[in-house]
Amino acid sequence: MRTVCRVESRELETPSTVTLRFSYPAPARPGQFVLLWIPGDDELPMSLSYTAGLKGVTVKGMGATSRHIADVQIGDWVGIRGPYGNTFDVSANNILVVAGGSGAAVLAPAAEAAHARGARLTVALGATTAPELLFRERFLAMGADVHVATDDGSIGHKGYVTDVAERLVRANEFDAVWTCGPEVMMVKVIASADRRGVPTYCAIERHMKCALGLCDACSIGPYHVCVDGPVFPASQLVILPEFGHRKRDPSGRSVPH
Amino acid sequence: MADLKVTLAGIPLRNPFLLASGIWGESGSSLAGAYAAGAGGVITKSIGREPRPGYPNPTVVTFDQWGFLNAMGLPNPGIESYPEEVATARKSGALVIGSVFGPDAAEFADLAGRMADLGVAGLELNLSCPHAEGLGSEVGQDPADVEEITRAVVRAVKIPVIVKLTPNTSDPAGLAEAAERAGAAAVSAINTLRALAIDVRLRRPTLAHGLGGLSGSAIKPIGVACVWQIFERVKIPVIGVGGIMTAEDALEYIMAGARAVEVGTAVAFKGIRVFGDLVRDLGRLLDELGIASVNDAVGMAHRVPA
Repeated sequence: MRTVCRVESRELETPSTVTLRFSYPAPARPGQFVLLWIPGDDELPMSLSYTAGLKGVTVKGMGATSRHIADVQIGDWVGIRGPYGNTFDVSANNILVVAGGSGAAVLAPAAEAAHARGARLTVALGATTAPELLFRERFLAMGADVHVATDDGSIGHKGYVTDVAERLVRANEFDAVWTCGPEVMMVKVIASADRRGVPTYCAIERHMKCALGLCDACSIGPYHVCVDGPVFPASQLVILPEFGHRKRDPSGRSVPH
Repeated sequence: MADLKVTLAGIPLRNPFLLASGIWGESGSSLAGAYAAGAGGVITKSIGREPRPGYPNPTVVTFDQWGFLNAMGLPNPGIESYPEEVATARKSGALVIGSVFGPDAAEFADLAGRMADLGVAGLELNLSCPHAEGLGSEVGQDPADVEEITRAVVRAVKIPVIVKLTPNTSDPAGLAEAAERAGAAAVSAINTLRALAIDVRLRRPTLAHGLGGLSGSAIKPIGVACVWQIFERVKIPVIGVGGIMTAEDALEYIMAGARAVEVGTAVAFKGIRVFGDLVRDLGRLLDELGIASVNDAVGMAHRVPA
């Protein structure tokens, strides 16, 4: 479906990240995304950070349009269409969640769904600095074992979240790893999990236009992220030469990631 | 089992279902995927001289059930970087038809020549995109322009030239006659219909570009009528396009005069497996109707005694 609705709540999650919530009645599952339209500006694919009750998206104000999205206030109109895409399989029992930056936005509702089923959750959360850690409290509220890494060492491990993930994978017997973040980060996470024989599921991002599986903007190898993803088993991604290296720009040209 | 093979302007097709231009065709791997899914041939995104990002989003308005309004704005990677995409598709065994667009005859001819050099089986000229300034239907509504551009391309290449026509004119069949006079090997009809959607709460057009093109089931009877009229006025083969979701839709076009058909919007509703389904279902439908081949059905509805 598609509609326009007014933003009903606006929450500053970190100094650079905002959650907008709105009443959008279509059922949604963790992993799925919507196209969020800021009238007069662009329309961007945004993972749902809240899939039940008031739907929500969590936006880091980076590019021009995501800055505009982050500037949206309570009562403003936004256009929503979707939800689109597939979901995380929440049937695993002992899950490691590895989130880099705003990757936690899509992983948090999936973790909540797994938690509701009784899964054991361990979370490795990475950010540039302590105040930028996204959804740390939300993961803690699920009873998750949360480990953090920051680039500046202001909290937790000083360095990459992938180092934390590697240590956790070695020390535990996970039956699934879920990850979302920069693609180079996910490549490392997949390698760590693979060495222990643990399957990884990645939520990935590509430039997106129609979100209907038509326009080819979001193609990676034989897949279209909008309909075949955004969640992929790592085994499908690691064999693609593009993964971690190349993406397509808005014209469809293959360019370095 | 009915014979689904057709020969379109000298191009042998294993079945009459072509992937319509604009759908999937930016990347070679997607073209290969559509052919592997059962398409008789695949038509590339319309390629221009430079990489072109297209319009900002929203580029699509969805209507449940019956179609879409789109204004993508002819995004394409540009002819310079397109050889590798065609190579990927051809290496997979796909039969590839190259679509090109431009502002005038000279640029069309140049792009057509460069596309032909990539080894495509034929060319389709986009003279019909309804939402790009100075391109598409803006250069394709006047029969004189269609004739001039088609003639320039036909002179520049040795492979069959197909002209994709706009329905946004009073006489689409007149455009087909112009293409035929200029030496086109076939015409395709129709591209999307110029259309607009307004969001009443926001009091503005929904597409970022405003005007767009309507596709899907809603336009099928219009496309069938265009093919019907064109079939009566030209001798070159016609490709039917517009709202084909089922084998029965395709057979309507074929009986109206189409020798092949293009499928686009159905991919959004049914996934790329729609090609395999269409091939299977058309075979069954022809068998059920006692029609031996697609060839026998072409234009059949014109021959019914009054």
